Amino acid sequence: MIRLEDINKNFNEKSVLKGISAEFLPGVINLIIGASGGGKSVLVKSMVGLEVPDSGKVFFNDLDFHNLDYSKKQSLRKEIGMLFQGTALFDSLTVEENVEFPLLMFSNYTKEERLDKVNSCLAKVNLVNVNKKFHSEISGGMKKRVGIARAIVMDINYLFCDEPNSGLDPLTARIIDELLKEITQESHITTIINSHDMKTVKDIGEHIFFMYQGQKWWEGSRENLPMGQESNPELNAFVKASF
Amino acid sequence: MSFFTEIGRYIIFMSFVFKRPDRRKVFYKMLMREMNLIGIDSLLVVVLIAIITGAVTTVQTASQLTADTGFLPPNLFPLELVGSVVGSSSILELAPTITCLILAGKVGASIASEVGNMRITEQIDAYEVLGINSVGFITLPKILAGIIVIPCLIIISNFLLIFGGLLAAKLTGVMTLEQYINGLRSSFVSHYVEVMLIKAFVFAFIITSLSAFQGYYTKGGALEVGEAGTKAVTRICVTILAFDLIIAKLFL
Repeated sequence: MIRLEDINKNFNEKSVLKGISAEFLPGVINLIIGASGGGKSVLVKSMVGLEVPDSGKVFFNDLDFHNLDYSKKQSLRKEIGMLFQGTALFDSLTVEENVEFPLLMFSNYTKEERLDKVNSCLAKVNLVNVNKKFHSEISGGMKKRVGIARAIVMDINYLFCDEPNSGLDPLTARIIDELLKEITQESHITTIINSHDMKTVKDIGEHIFFMYQGQKWWEGSRENLPMGQESNPELNAFVKASF
Repeated sequence: MSFFTEIGRYIIFMSFVFKRPDRRKVFYKMLMREMNLIGIDSLLVVVLIAIITGAVTTVQTASQLTADTGFLPPNLFPLELVGSVVGSSSILELAPTITCLILAGKVGASIASEVGNMRITEQIDAYEVLGINSVGFITLPKILAGIIVIPCLIIISNFLLIFGGLLAAKLTGVMTLEQYINGLRSSFVSHYVEVMLIKAFVFAFIITSLSAFQGYYTKGGALEVGEAGTKAVTRICVTILAFDLIIAKLFL
């Protein structure tokens, strides 16, 4: 479980996150939605340690992430996987080497054991016969799947996805969504997806956070989304604009 | 950004570089890759430029020493002096400085663009999320590879500069080979080789560390990656020339 307590973040005196508190539960898809510039990416980056909040706390199962000492923080980081918007695959490495990389750095597996694990992760994301290809030789959807495989190869407890569907065709986007749902439920991990794709919300969103101008504007389940109601004009406008 | 802020950022950046690598095997593999990129890939350009520069220096020095300027009588100086000038200036200046200015353009720009590209494509963020010290992981192999390989390139360049001069003497007939070699021998000072090696190590460190630093803090897109490469080359060239003067003043 991940818990946020009153997270605030400013950039050059511009307030980007304003007092965000939330709880993200394991085994369900937690979706952070909202328009571009609403603070979604900064919030996710603050959770994984790529940004440090000006105030507030991020707890991973009662461990205060930003106040942990270096070694504890590094060891917690090994439980975190992240799928980046642009996939962030290492371009000097092949698909296989990309997925193997976290194991090579942080496990004591033999080469054979590492390859077994890599192949099982690649199979989980439905990728075959691409092990020796470089990221420039595969399609956008395949890159996302390699990114997911790399994120989950370390038996993680927390999975963060920044715009997993951006730049993908609708069919591939649905495949990626289903894949993320499957992994979350199978491994019972805490998955946080940052998205503005309402189709993702409709298909796999279980716990939804709507962010507006740096604030948590609305929180609830997919069924409670105020579709067409005028009670929450900001959220309603966002939902309406997506269809 | 002010000069002193930039220096401060560079010092902080460097404080993260010299930390124990997470995995020696991975580090060794990266070191080999960088040595190949910096050394082998730069060999041809270093060889060509060294031979041509050596030849040009010989021809021009011979021409200056034998020219009738009206101030000094022509042929006042023995032609052996050409070999002496080419030998000393190759060891002290041409081999370390010219080679490193060329490497600033080739290696420096390439490292800055590579690291800058890693920054904008979130590869550096991916290392950080994994719990890897990205500064050290990316930069240390480059700096070590540079410190190992660039002095070797400079030594090769030194021999080729002298060889280029010899070739020019032979082909243009400005002097005999005997005069050239006698000049080289008569002026050889072993301390100059030590100064050349000091310059080689310092310049290698400047090229690799400054270019990685410039790339690491790239923000934006492809345009900024290009700018990082240009900035890196400019800063490396100015810093190399400044340290060239400092080392000359300190050790000669």
